[in-house]
Amino acid sequence: MSRLEEQLAEIAATDDPIIRDQLIVLAVKRQERRQRLRNSARRTLVFVLFVIGLGLLYMGYKAMGQSTGDRWPIVGGELPVKTNDLIMPPLGDILTSFGRPLRAGGQTLASLIWSSALFTLREAATGFVAGVVIGLAIAVLLLRSRLLERGLLPWVIASQTIPLVAIAPIVVIWANKNLGFLPWEWQKWQSVSLIATYLTFFPVAVSGLRGLKSPEPEALELMDSYASTWGQTLFRLRFPASLPYLFPALKLAATASVVGAIVGEISAGVRGGLGRLILDFAGKYTTGPERLYASVIGAAVLGLFVVGVIGQAERFVLGRRGQEAV
Amino acid sequence: MTGLRHRLSASLPPVAFGLAGLALWESLLRITDPRGFVLPPPSEIVAALVDNWSQIWTGTRHTGYVILTGLAAGVILGVLAALLVTRFRSANETITPVATAVNAIPIIALAPVFNAWFGLISPHSNQAVVTVLVFFPVFINVTKGLTQVQPSQIELMRSYAARERQITREVRIPNAMPFFFNSLKIVSSLSVIAAIVAEYFGGRQDALGPMIIQSAGLTRYDDAWAAVFAGAMIGIVLYALAALAERLAMPWHASVREAAR
Amino acid sequence: MTECAVRAEGITKVFNQGRPNEVHALSEVDLAIEPGEFVSLIGPSGCGKSTLLRVIASLTEPTEGQITVYGKPAEQARLDRDYGMAFQHSGLFDWRSVARNIELPLELMGWSRDKRQQRAREMLELVKLGQFGDHHPAELSGGMRQRVAIARALSFNPSLLLMDEPFGALDEMTREHMQTELLRIWSETGTTVVFVTHSIPESVYLSSRVVVMSPRPGRISTEIPVDLGGRDADTRESPGFFAKITEVREALRAVEGAE
Repeated sequence: MSRLEEQLAEIAATDDPIIRDQLIVLAVKRQERRQRLRNSARRTLVFVLFVIGLGLLYMGYKAMGQSTGDRWPIVGGELPVKTNDLIMPPLGDILTSFGRPLRAGGQTLASLIWSSALFTLREAATGFVAGVVIGLAIAVLLLRSRLLERGLLPWVIASQTIPLVAIAPIVVIWANKNLGFLPWEWQKWQSVSLIATYLTFFPVAVSGLRGLKSPEPEALELMDSYASTWGQTLFRLRFPASLPYLFPALKLAATASVVGAIVGEISAGVRGGLGRLILDFAGKYTTGPERLYASVIGAAVLGLFVVGVIGQAERFVLGRRGQEAV
Repeated sequence: MTGLRHRLSASLPPVAFGLAGLALWESLLRITDPRGFVLPPPSEIVAALVDNWSQIWTGTRHTGYVILTGLAAGVILGVLAALLVTRFRSANETITPVATAVNAIPIIALAPVFNAWFGLISPHSNQAVVTVLVFFPVFINVTKGLTQVQPSQIELMRSYAARERQITREVRIPNAMPFFFNSLKIVSSLSVIAAIVAEYFGGRQDALGPMIIQSAGLTRYDDAWAAVFAGAMIGIVLYALAALAERLAMPWHASVREAAR
Repeated sequence: MTECAVRAEGITKVFNQGRPNEVHALSEVDLAIEPGEFVSLIGPSGCGKSTLLRVIASLTEPTEGQITVYGKPAEQARLDRDYGMAFQHSGLFDWRSVARNIELPLELMGWSRDKRQQRAREMLELVKLGQFGDHHPAELSGGMRQRVAIARALSFNPSLLLMDEPFGALDEMTREHMQTELLRIWSETGTTVVFVTHSIPESVYLSSRVVVMSPRPGRISTEIPVDLGGRDADTRESPGFFAKITEVREALRAVEGAE
């Protein structure tokens, strides 16, 4: 029993019904917190089991195909994916390839993937931050003006149907040509970030606007009754209230920024990142298929990592409020 | 009558902003960057669209085919998986978080692996990318809709001694409809991006993706943008179809009412 | 003549004026509230009691008529931070601790940190929440949240406390307890209170005057002074209390019958 609970128990001996209610609330909250911890532990376990299951499925399918000559057992007919070692390299090869040097005495594949992932992470994170800033700015702008909201929001939504990742090469050339006026020397990888930004700003703007509009009318009236300025209401009420709406969008945006960075690298011809690595290994597939698999696994881990970081931030920020992530 | 007038006045600001934006884009480029447009003015994109119409139409058809088939497969699989998973409470609680985690993976990176599996020039690998990418948002959203039901509604059905299948039909599925259509809208643009990017790695060479890359490589930016425009149109048409289906399927839903107001 | 705390003259409020969905929320309402009074507004839904409260608070402009608060226009009173407000949903900010919720208006008014914290501690004592300053609202029961909301409303010594069904969402036991608390706080601070409620016993128990309103358009139909002296647990069972409840109830019936 904590000190507070002892105090409460004392007070509960007096007949204050509100304090007695409060004791119950605290007990329920404690129970919920324990349940949440258990759930998150179980979730991690299930995910690990899922990954192992995926590996077993891969090996099982391959073993089946090799014993039947790439035909379905019993019903017959060809398997959709052939099971020779070139198309489906042995799982063991994929895993050990991480530790093998690319050239005799050179760096290992794992360390190459690691440095490429860091490079891609820098592109993605730069684009993500810029996208969040722009997205929030748009959300505030649309909040400020009803006319802008009605006129601009449909275009913000329409902007996402333009497959800008698809025109990464053009974006890179355009950026190199036109962004020279910026106070720093424009780097090629920053053009890739630009694509990540384009994918990032949208969920932030849309969810941000919804979040900024989420406070109850009573809360807004309360701020009005304090003669609070628009800016004070924005920073003290609307912005904190928007966070539960914003975090899911940030998670989406984080994934999108990694996708944007990988795809941007591929089509923009920027060297050094995971996307380019995947493209290279896809080109040299016949001489080492396991390296492509390994680099794709690296990309998957990077995606999980960035979303995990945002998820932790969400749990920290909302958990402190005693709220749960929505 | 008033409804029509209202709808007209509601669409006025976006149309006005769109026209103003186009005019600004066009005039800015005419003034500042008279030749060698990387971002050509809209008039030149339209001209390129007209000039290369047969080529672009072919590309749109091929890419559209990949998108539609991949999308249909992903949506059907996603809905079926969600229905299956919600039959089992424990499965639902464990599988949904895993699906959410998998959704964090840049699935487009799988494109070269699928190429190895299904063949470099076969559209199957591109369809597979679209299907996998579409599957997760649909599955996650529909599962949410099927499970996040008001407990009182379930209790009401139980008080009528309704069977589980009746509860699914009367309560869960109607509740999941807005989630389903929402996911359709999300994947309508995702699938376009997925298909075009997947086409970079392989598939038919006369589809939109290769067309964009090749035109950009030859610095024929207006052609590249025309192909991009065609891709965007596919996305917009899909989005509009999803919105239309939503309105037809559930005219009672609040967001539809709001939009129709 | 002493200066009124609130003086409303000929207040009319029309929503959506000139459109098909035009609503007459208030029609020519006159009301004068003396400093230190506890006035309840009661009436069937749609009688404009909440609207009247918002007009007094200058949260919405009257279509016609004049409101003065301590001799000033309502708008000026709001800018001078004369109002403390409490709502049915406590309206606490989930992301702020209890103490920081109480400090919110003080922050907006530019108080120094030390003064704010000092004041928050005093207010927590006043509503008997001393040990809960560091908790977050999500961890509090409904009654506790309303206590914090009242502490927040009073933190800057507003000259007028406006309450819109603050106990409407509480269960009956908690509600009666909160009423007693509110009366204690009222007598300790001497603030003028305008209190909107649905509950007849609540209005009688709390107020020095019950204002009964009628709907469509909202206007004041009767004002019933309540003189029960100091309230305690026995007040709720006294004949005088029941007599007043009957009086208010009959006034309300007359209002509904007139529809």
